[in-house]
Amino acid sequence: MTSKQEFAVKERISGQEFAEKYKADFPILKQQINGKELIYFDNAATTQKPESVLDAVDNYNRTINANPHRGAHTLSARATEAYENARAKVKDFINAEKSEEIIFTRNTTESLNLLANSLEALVEEGDEILISVLEHHSNILPWQQLAERKNLKLKYLYPDQNYRIPLSELKEKLTKKTKIFSISQMSNVSGVINPVKEMAELAHQKGALVVVDGAQGAPHIRTDIRDLDADFYAFSGHKMLGPMGIGVLYGKKELLETLPPFLKGGGMIEYVKEQGSTYAPLPEKFEAGTPNVEGAVGLQAAIEYLEEVGLDKIKEYELELTEYALEKMKELDYVEIAGPLDLENRGGIISFNLKDIHSHDLATIVDSEGIAIRSGHHCAQPLMKFYRLNSTGRISFYFYNTKAEVDRFLESLEKVREVFGYGS
Amino acid sequence: MDLDSVYTELIMEHNKNSRNKHSLDDADLSEHGHNPSCGDDITLELKFDGDLISEAAFTGSGCAISQASTSIMIDLIKGKSIEEALELVETFIAMIKKDIDDQQELRKLKDAMALKNISNMPARVKCAVLSWHTLKEALKERN
Repeated sequence: MTSKQEFAVKERISGQEFAEKYKADFPILKQQINGKELIYFDNAATTQKPESVLDAVDNYNRTINANPHRGAHTLSARATEAYENARAKVKDFINAEKSEEIIFTRNTTESLNLLANSLEALVEEGDEILISVLEHHSNILPWQQLAERKNLKLKYLYPDQNYRIPLSELKEKLTKKTKIFSISQMSNVSGVINPVKEMAELAHQKGALVVVDGAQGAPHIRTDIRDLDADFYAFSGHKMLGPMGIGVLYGKKELLETLPPFLKGGGMIEYVKEQGSTYAPLPEKFEAGTPNVEGAVGLQAAIEYLEEVGLDKIKEYELELTEYALEKMKELDYVEIAGPLDLENRGGIISFNLKDIHSHDLATIVDSEGIAIRSGHHCAQPLMKFYRLNSTGRISFYFYNTKAEVDRFLESLEKVREVFGYGS
Repeated sequence: MDLDSVYTELIMEHNKNSRNKHSLDDADLSEHGHNPSCGDDITLELKFDGDLISEAAFTGSGCAISQASTSIMIDLIKGKSIEEALELVETFIAMIKKDIDDQQELRKLKDAMALKNISNMPARVKCAVLSWHTLKEALKERN
């Protein structure tokens, strides 16, 4: 064994310890499903919560809960403080300049709907919206409907044989009429990471507004929004250890200020008269109704946890785990992987099929072994159609997954084949 | 969960080698059924002789449960009247919803009784009932 190999083995062991150490913080992962120790490989759909997040939400509800921004009473003031502290934490997490650039929403879907609704004020007939065929339905439908309402042209970018969208494709599709360019940071099907910074620069050169869907990106990739220079950035708390029902829309302040509000009602007004009203300043203008304060508090705790683990370490370890799984899956002649086999610009999502077995049957049978994976079209029907796939199975990692879990998952694939009368 | 009670030999056989999976020449009626959330997709084709379903077949793609359920359903309804077929559809759906549990009552479903255990798997119920809902839509059109 050369010293280089020796070093590699050591690294692997430390990676394993890294995951085991953090996994212990997640109570839900300590249970059996169908008589087997749970393996949770559906992190692209939602992630699990560490004790610190559960405690933060619990503590908020036990000691602070009140409607923020309203009452003169002490709890209301504390709830307001908790909510605004969470906003400041999110601001720091993506290195935004100002707290009022952080709008709390329910999730990425709501953030993108808000945008497509409010941006209607800035587009006119004949303008173009550019997205990619890789997008989740939530980054397609809002734009599709905006295009229908205002008679705009909706154009798509397509990936090459290597599953990546080449920058040349973007250069070709961008025109002077492109008003909005919206792109995912990472595909929830193939795991491909888009070069969003380079893409944003090209789109800005043509005068387009740049929207980045960070649902899969924010939990796994350190994102500095000022470096990335997107005009808008959307992500969900529940895909990064936080609660469901809390999401974020970042927008550059000068842009958010020019946009009309999306939802209307309490909390977002300045003066309301019988005819006509004026709106509150940012960020309240975009946060009508009682907000999800416990969600925001949970998201803050999640970010604090992620910062302690370190996003760079998370990405490095997930890549190591992905490489491990890909290497083994490549060797199985009955596995067809729907995504790149190399590790360049790639995250911990692997979509695949077993020959002659539908992904739903696959998911059901591995579930009987206590392993949670996703099957279906992953809310990305245009991409599935592009790749001529009806459905795929999908495993998606987070830093609490281990190589031992990958091994057990691979063993379960043999079981799937057995049930269907193939192999051994 | 006992996999053997779901992926039974009968279901696996219908999934792999369904004699009912082909298109029909000169079908009187063709009905498309689709599970948008999971992509199971079938087209059911029917031929009628007066009030009787004289011939039936399907094409499409989907999981073993959806494909086997379709094939078993076709075996069951061939030669039945529209009214009888609709009644069988209702019985099958009631079985999957656990509204009917009485073996005597379910006996008329014959091989389709093999799908009873799907009722314990909420995530797969839609796979099992797809073809039955599709048949119901088709027969409603015919009536």
